[in-house]
Amino acid sequence: MGDKENPGGRVGRHPVLDKFTGGREVVIFVDGEPLSAREGEPVAAALYAAGRRVTRYARHTGEPRGPFCMIGLCAECCMTVDGVSNVRTCRIPVREGMRVDTPERSSG
Amino acid sequence: MSLPLEEREMAVVGCGPAGLCAAITAAKTGADVVVLDENDRAGGQLIKQIHRFFGSRRHGAGKRGYEIAGELERESEAAGVEMRLGNTVLGLFPGGEMMVEDRDGVYVLRARAVVVATGASEKGLAFPGWTLPGVMGAGAAQTLVNLHGVLPGRRVLMVGAGNVGLIVSYQLLQAGAEVVGILDVSERVGGYEVHRLRVQREGVPFYLGHRVVQARGRYGVEEVSVEEVGGASRKVFRADAVCLAVGLSPLAELAAMCGCRMVYSRELGGFMPWHDGDMRTDQPGVYVAGDAAGVEEASVAMEEGRMAGLSAAEDLGAMGRKEAERAKDEVRRFLWELRGGPYGEAKRRAKESVHCA
Ligand SMILES: Cc1cc2nc3c(=O)[nH]c(=O)nc-3n(C[C@H](O)[C@H](O)[C@H](O)COP(=O)(O)OP(=O)(O)OC[C@H]3O[C@@H](n4cnc5c(N)ncnc54)[C@H](O)[C@@H]3O)c2cc1C
Ligand code: FES
Repeated sequence: MGDKENPGGRVGRHPVLDKFTGGREVVIFVDGEPLSAREGEPVAAALYAAGRRVTRYARHTGEPRGPFCMIGLCAECCMTVDGVSNVRTCRIPVREGMRVDTPERSSG
Repeated sequence: MSLPLEEREMAVVGCGPAGLCAAITAAKTGADVVVLDENDRAGGQLIKQIHRFFGSRRHGAGKRGYEIAGELERESEAAGVEMRLGNTVLGLFPGGEMMVEDRDGVYVLRARAVVVATGASEKGLAFPGWTLPGVMGAGAAQTLVNLHGVLPGRRVLMVGAGNVGLIVSYQLLQAGAEVVGILDVSERVGGYEVHRLRVQREGVPFYLGHRVVQARGRYGVEEVSVEEVGGASRKVFRADAVCLAVGLSPLAELAAMCGCRMVYSRELGGFMPWHDGDMRTDQPGVYVAGDAAGVEEASVAMEEGRMAGLSAAEDLGAMGRKEAERAKDEVRRFLWELRGGPYGEAKRRAKESVHCA
């Protein structure tokens, strides 16, 4: 679920950098849908690259939340990964076939 | 259940410039040193700095941050430092005992000397809509773009015209994003002139004396309204990211947890463990260095790291007092130079009041 246009996306040509995290292209499953990602990059980065900014919904208000710090401090990026809840997706590297799910709204 | 226990002479938490310099300095005196970082790459903030640094040769001026990180990493290896990446220190207890989490679980590490060099965390800024996806720390945007090659947005509004705001804005441009504006409540650009000119040359407009009113959007930021402070003019930007570059605070919970007395300094970003000029805290065997001891910059972090490494080596008996003093005098001289000039002067005074607090 998310934006019509992709607000994120991958960086194309860069004047200084030529190497980024993440290796070969693999498929992960986000809320059951296949999404192509790079092995080893943080799951949150893969989601952003695909234009998906929402990682969870606030427990009481139901408002959308997304990654805020990208270094494991804020917990805004928590999702359910391979059945384990509250995993910080900015810290967990992509593995082939990984299942990433939006947390149940009630258990936020 | 008892956890596996490991005993070491010295442990450093944080593989940034401060932690690596502390580790290298102590290891060179023959101390047994392990350095831990939760990240899987060494270098701390430096690995996402792709611009060239200023300052002196000793601190890597003219090199890009990630190149300096690489050099420090090689130096650590050569000095015999054991580097443990992907290891998060969850807690630090009196007596130098720490609980560490790695891929396989949790273990306890006890060290006679512990250097807390955990860096800083970004401050937030609350306005209606600040919790929307797309609003993030400028450092978060920098991590996305420079480490992972992913854009935080196509059209970015930067909040904060200090060095971090200016540098990250330029890096977003380099990566192909559009920066729709750099906004600051202050009437002045806080960052260095070179960084300001670089973004201005690219045509990025500045909105000084402005503040954010609200960010709106359904699944994330779509537009942001801003207004002149105390004025009538308002403006609405179409933007899909808002980056907050409104300052950093020392990240030193570990020190607080093991009983270090904490002191406040506005100039240095918030609460930090009290420490003396030799980077000793009030807890025996616990030292602090770098942004965790007050937010300054990488070159200061390196010197403070060296100082902490010398104090630890001295207290461990790996180095004689006279010899340590001689080495410390050199570090003191560099720190004095680094804290010269109008920016540095304020930091130096703030540091002095921390030492006396
Ligand atoms: C955008 C930007 C631009 C900058 N530009 C410049 C510049 O041009 N020149 C300059 O001199 N300085 C610059 N700086 C500042 C400089 O990067 C920092 O001052 C410096 O990196 C501080 O070093 P440090 O070692 O104290 O902390 P850091 O580099 O932040 O390192 C701290 C490390 O500790 C680790 N850590 C934290 N908590 C734990 C834990 N519990 N367990 C395990 N590991 C942990 C972190 O993962 C991190 O790797 C810039 C900073 C930013 C954000
Ligand atoms: S984005 Fe803050 S913890 Fe992941």
